[in-house]
Amino acid sequence: MSMNSMAAPGLGHALDLSGTSPTPFSRLVRTELRKTWDTRAGLWLLICTALLTAAVMVIQLAVVVVQDLVVSYNDFLTSTNFSIGLLLPVIGILLVTSEWSQRTAMVTFSLEPHRGRVILAKLVVGLLLGIAAVVIALGLAAICNLLLNGMSDLGGAWDLSLEQTAYFVLLQEIGMLTGFAFAALLLNSPAAIVLYMVYQFVLPTIFGIGGALIGWFEDLKPWIDFGASQTPMFDGTGMTGEDWAHFAVSGFIWLVIPLVIGVRRVLTAEVK
Amino acid sequence: MITVERLTRKYGAFTAVDDISFVCQPGRVTGFLGPNGAGKTTTMRVMVGLTPPTSGSVTIGGHHYHDIPNPGRHVGVLLDASAQHGGRSGREVLELGAMTMGLPKTRVDEMLELVSLTPQEAKRRLRNYSLGMKQRLGIAHALLGDPSVLILDEPANGLDPAGIRWMRGLLRGYAERGGTVLLSSHLLHEVEQIADEMILIGHGKIVAQGDKKSLLAGAAGGGASSFVTALDNEALAAALKAKGLTVASAGDGLRVEAETVEIGRTALESNVVLTDLRPADGGLEDLFLELTSETQREGLA
Repeated sequence: MSMNSMAAPGLGHALDLSGTSPTPFSRLVRTELRKTWDTRAGLWLLICTALLTAAVMVIQLAVVVVQDLVVSYNDFLTSTNFSIGLLLPVIGILLVTSEWSQRTAMVTFSLEPHRGRVILAKLVVGLLLGIAAVVIALGLAAICNLLLNGMSDLGGAWDLSLEQTAYFVLLQEIGMLTGFAFAALLLNSPAAIVLYMVYQFVLPTIFGIGGALIGWFEDLKPWIDFGASQTPMFDGTGMTGEDWAHFAVSGFIWLVIPLVIGVRRVLTAEVK
Repeated sequence: MITVERLTRKYGAFTAVDDISFVCQPGRVTGFLGPNGAGKTTTMRVMVGLTPPTSGSVTIGGHHYHDIPNPGRHVGVLLDASAQHGGRSGREVLELGAMTMGLPKTRVDEMLELVSLTPQEAKRRLRNYSLGMKQRLGIAHALLGDPSVLILDEPANGLDPAGIRWMRGLLRGYAERGGTVLLSSHLLHEVEQIADEMILIGHGKIVAQGDKKSLLAGAAGGGASSFVTALDNEALAAALKAKGLTVASAGDGLRVEAETVEIGRTALESNVVLTDLRPADGGLEDLFLELTSETQREGLA
């Protein structure tokens, strides 16, 4: 036992706080980032996300070459709907819920009682991971497109505009944020993942049926269907002013409201 | 110094902590003692801001926990040694703490050494830790930032006898260097040996507080009791009852609600030979059970 490591703690009845500065935000971000990969489960989720992104593109490449289809760089990127489009929200969910399911929030919030800063740090980490995922996807798509150009005379155009790259980033970050918001709302990993999957896969069908059967619902649908409002971002048509209005209103419903309620909940909840 | 002022925490109709006030002084180990569900953990959680109080307040060294910058550097907290990610290694848990507090990595090694976790053990994932190892790690985590106040909830839980002795020495030394220690337990023996000051809590209320001596002095309404064995227990019992004393049989002898001197005098007067006479030193344990009896799950026999 080293005695100097336990140097005499501050005497006196009052704590002298003059020598201590608040934990810098950058340090919180670094800590939260490290928490995403310092467990086997976390690390493999990140690795699998990258691997799945590559696998989907390779399959796409194989199918395209075998069937002589015409695809472009942008099409390879669209395949990420089935990889990072799916798993980034899950990463966003686990960023929040793992603290509650593993009860580490008790430690996290005793070391930084300003919970809002912790949540913000997690949000920044989520956005950083989103950017990382985009960079990886752009790189993988470039490799696949290069390979396509080498293997086939059809397609392989380099057709990604700056605008579309921006859309792509926005789409991935929205996926991440939606997962994050649902997680903060429910504070429970399985429940948040189920809710996200329902939102992602079941809700569009319900909206479709509703729109087909009920006349007025068809008019309302664009304003409440957040998923559909993002379609022009990746189908190449681009966002019109009306599209942005749909995007803003439906996003307010599906992203902002859960996020606000969820964050409020985390800020005031009793941490067990 | 920890100051709890008129703290109340209600959950709906249930009052977990009911208007309690106490102070933990620097340089002393304060034991927070009470049966399960008495409100110890809730009180400690309020101290570090994890549970909002219904009314009242807690300050640490004159500050609300929320207002202490980088609080890990001032207040060491261990509320639940199991509340850690099972997939992290012991070392990683400490490194995350050190990172948040802005401490060098050497501090992690120092703390691991302090709590006697070997480098091999530190590499293991927490789900493979025994409760005792988790407690050691939790204590290491609490001490990381070299705080001057320690808040430990059931730290001895799961430690083996050698571990409990080690912790006793550690906390004693810490308090002697001027630190403030608050530790809770539902086991009297753990606290009795470490604590300078004891706070007994039952049903969310403080039922007694003070050092061991003053608690015993004030025990059981001031009435002392003794165990006595005589060659003729019946004769002695009759003589004692004649003096209006409460007598009950206990094992081979009697338990009398009186000081030993009173019993000796009675024996002398009634010519009974005593073979054993001593104060009933169930002491604190009796006191503890008595004071918290209304809140015990098991009725007292």
